[in-house]
Amino acid sequence: MALLEVNDIHTYYGNIHALKGISFEVDAGEIIALIGANGAGKTTTLRTICGLMEPREGSVQYDGADISATRADLLVTLGISMVPEGRGVFAKLTVEENLDMGAYTRRDKGVKSDLDRMYGLFPRLEERKKQLAGTMSGGEQQMLAIARALMSSPRLLLLDEPSMGLAPVLVDGVFEIVERIKNEGVTILLVEQNAHMALQIADRGYVLQSGEMAFSDTAANLRQNEIVQKTYLGID
Amino acid sequence: MDLIRSQTWRANLTLGLLAGALILYCGAIGMIAAFDEREVVNDFISVGRLVLLATPFIVGYMAANRVKSAGGETITALVSGIVTGVLIALPSIILLLFNSDEFRFLLDWSLRLTPFVAATVVAWRMHGDSADTRLLVGTWLLVAVLLGIVLGSLALIFDVKGELRSVLVNINRDWVDVITFDNRGDLLMGIVTYGGMSLGSGLAGSIFYFFPRTPRRALTYGLGVTIVVGAFGETVRLVLQENLERDTLNTLFRRDTLRQSAALALFIISTVVGFLWAMYGQQVRKSVHNMDGSQRRTTRLISTLIFVAILLMLPWLIGRTLSDVAVTIGLFVLMGLGLNIAIGLAGLLDLGYVTNYAVGAYILAVLTSIGPLGLFKGTFTFWMVIPLALLAAMFAGFMFAVPVLRMRGDYLAIATLGFGEIIGKLAISDWLKPIIGGAQGVQAIQKPVFFGAELRNPEQLYYIVLVACLVTLFVSIRLNNSRTGRQWMAIREDEDVATAMGIDTARAKLLAFTLSAATGGVAGAIFAAKVGSVFPNSFTVFISINVLSLIIVGGIASNPGIVVGAIVLIGLPELLREFSDFRFLLYGALLIGMMINRPQGLIPSQIATHEIRSGVQAKAGAGG
Repeated sequence: MALLEVNDIHTYYGNIHALKGISFEVDAGEIIALIGANGAGKTTTLRTICGLMEPREGSVQYDGADISATRADLLVTLGISMVPEGRGVFAKLTVEENLDMGAYTRRDKGVKSDLDRMYGLFPRLEERKKQLAGTMSGGEQQMLAIARALMSSPRLLLLDEPSMGLAPVLVDGVFEIVERIKNEGVTILLVEQNAHMALQIADRGYVLQSGEMAFSDTAANLRQNEIVQKTYLGID
Repeated sequence: MDLIRSQTWRANLTLGLLAGALILYCGAIGMIAAFDEREVVNDFISVGRLVLLATPFIVGYMAANRVKSAGGETITALVSGIVTGVLIALPSIILLLFNSDEFRFLLDWSLRLTPFVAATVVAWRMHGDSADTRLLVGTWLLVAVLLGIVLGSLALIFDVKGELRSVLVNINRDWVDVITFDNRGDLLMGIVTYGGMSLGSGLAGSIFYFFPRTPRRALTYGLGVTIVVGAFGETVRLVLQENLERDTLNTLFRRDTLRQSAALALFIISTVVGFLWAMYGQQVRKSVHNMDGSQRRTTRLISTLIFVAILLMLPWLIGRTLSDVAVTIGLFVLMGLGLNIAIGLAGLLDLGYVTNYAVGAYILAVLTSIGPLGLFKGTFTFWMVIPLALLAAMFAGFMFAVPVLRMRGDYLAIATLGFGEIIGKLAISDWLKPIIGGAQGVQAIQKPVFFGAELRNPEQLYYIVLVACLVTLFVSIRLNNSRTGRQWMAIREDEDVATAMGIDTARAKLLAFTLSAATGGVAGAIFAAKVGSVFPNSFTVFISINVLSLIIVGGIASNPGIVVGAIVLIGLPELLREFSDFRFLLYGALLIGMMINRPQGLIPSQIATHEIRSGVQAKAGAGG
């Protein structure tokens, strides 16, 4: 059974029909890429999954339970963690305080060792743990945002445009990290405009077009798909 | 080089004229004359004259600094000190001439001539280089006629044949006396005296700039201490009165002001101390810095003990009047610490904090009054009602928060402002009159009784406030470093991301409002017990604004800052009663000055310092 199952969701902003019946599923241990142009509904899909918006029709099943009406903050305790678009680090808190915030829902003893694990994964963050998050570079902030999301020890990690606004060198670094996280057993739903990179690390991919699902296939096949190549990969 | 020089000159001239305009303004609103009532040193200098002389001194110093940093000559720096000194006196001297009987024709003539001069300047500026003379003449005529009408009507209003005084009521004898240094009879003499004084003071300021660092600091320290002690002579005397013999006191003070000998002695002593500190301060600081752990702990323990001892002894040290001020300060510290939970930690701008104060006060009033409105006529004591007031305020805070939960930022501020107003109106309404007495309020509130002794003096109430403040301080320090505190900080930074971290923002906000209301209730209850009666006009929006301002002035989210803010904003105005007319003017000027020069507050929290120093953006990335 799939870890996350999205069944025909319709989400609206007021009268604007943003998602027109999206369905897909994410199996445990996979990296799924959700790609599409600006305004295709990628971020809306993520917001609907993690409870910031409620679908008017359809349902979101997580681990066999319907979570479409569950509050966002409760989903974190269920193991869904999101890295918001634009990173959303707490600029005026230090790196370590940001990571502590990530573990807000946890009351177990493992937080300290997880903190060390994060510093192992992102040595840069350990160097800067007393620094204010807002004073770091975009790439470092992205690392922090991912590490913070991992601090809640999620089963499903939702990544919203992790490559946005980063220099190409850093983009490679971010995707490398995403693969390492997958190898640690976290399932990842990745929303990206950078389809090229996303399809390289993903197992399967979905292509959104103005609120509807245009293609779905394995990442390898999508990379070969002519239309996808033309529209999203810039290959003629 | 020439360009820089001319710019420096222009900047210095502007500075001088601006300061002059400020002095003129202070005179025209009566501030200088009012400040003259209070002497710094007996029969020597008053606060009003001090303002007249200190301004050119400071501006002269700044002008010299500007010249020197632009690479100018020393002599230029001194000249600019002199020039700014004269410029500062100029506006007031002109008004002095206009106001005098002999030279009133100057005002008449300048009013008559202004349209023509101004028209010429405007016409020349606009069309001076154009070949078309008709344009030039047309502009000239238009401006002259328009200005003539305006100034003519102004002249009618001012009634130039009569007195300036009919409009500028504060341009009166008192003002003339201060400005002319008591040469009202001989106007020219007065003008020369004031001009000379201002010039000398400006020159002194620029010379002061060239002093070597150590004596400069020592003198600044000495002057500062003498001026502060002198200006607050009344307060200092009240403090010393508790601890010194009457005869000793009389050798130091004449009525409420420092005697000249005492001032001189104080100046010399504080200058010497300042000199020693400037010489050896660095070493002392270094040796404190180099102390090892146990030594440092001992030093800290000793200083904490001394501080606590002073806090405990305070009412005996400062006497009744000042204890009363201390109680008022304490009440505002309580409210400041409470409101800081909402504003400083959770970032919820609450402008209706007076609600909690009013709820606490009225609960205590109704439950403990033995007057006609008292519900229980003395069955309830102060100590039983304090927890009730706390709970009632928390309940009020909770109810207050429910409808505004979904609002953010400015909208929240406006909604809470509205709530505060509603409470004021409810308190004075006829509807609640049977319970809380409408405009007549509730009277005959019983004083707290402590083991059979009635606590009726401010010296005794001080301890209640002190305990309440310490408890609140402790709670608020603990909150700052707790899970709950972190959760609020996350909401303050970014509500959406906070939700993504698993924080129930609605609950956290409710908690912030509720807890923040608690201390307001206690402060209100103590206030009611202190005054002995409660009236609706005590609960205006100014309470909310005062509490908010003291947090901002002291430093947002900084506990020591709140205490300092309360002392500065609540305590100082209480001590400077005769300036009460200008209280809000000075208050506003202080707030503007703070926002420009020290936006992080007097004692900022670490976060605020970092934020302002490094200019952190709220969000590093942008949506897309």
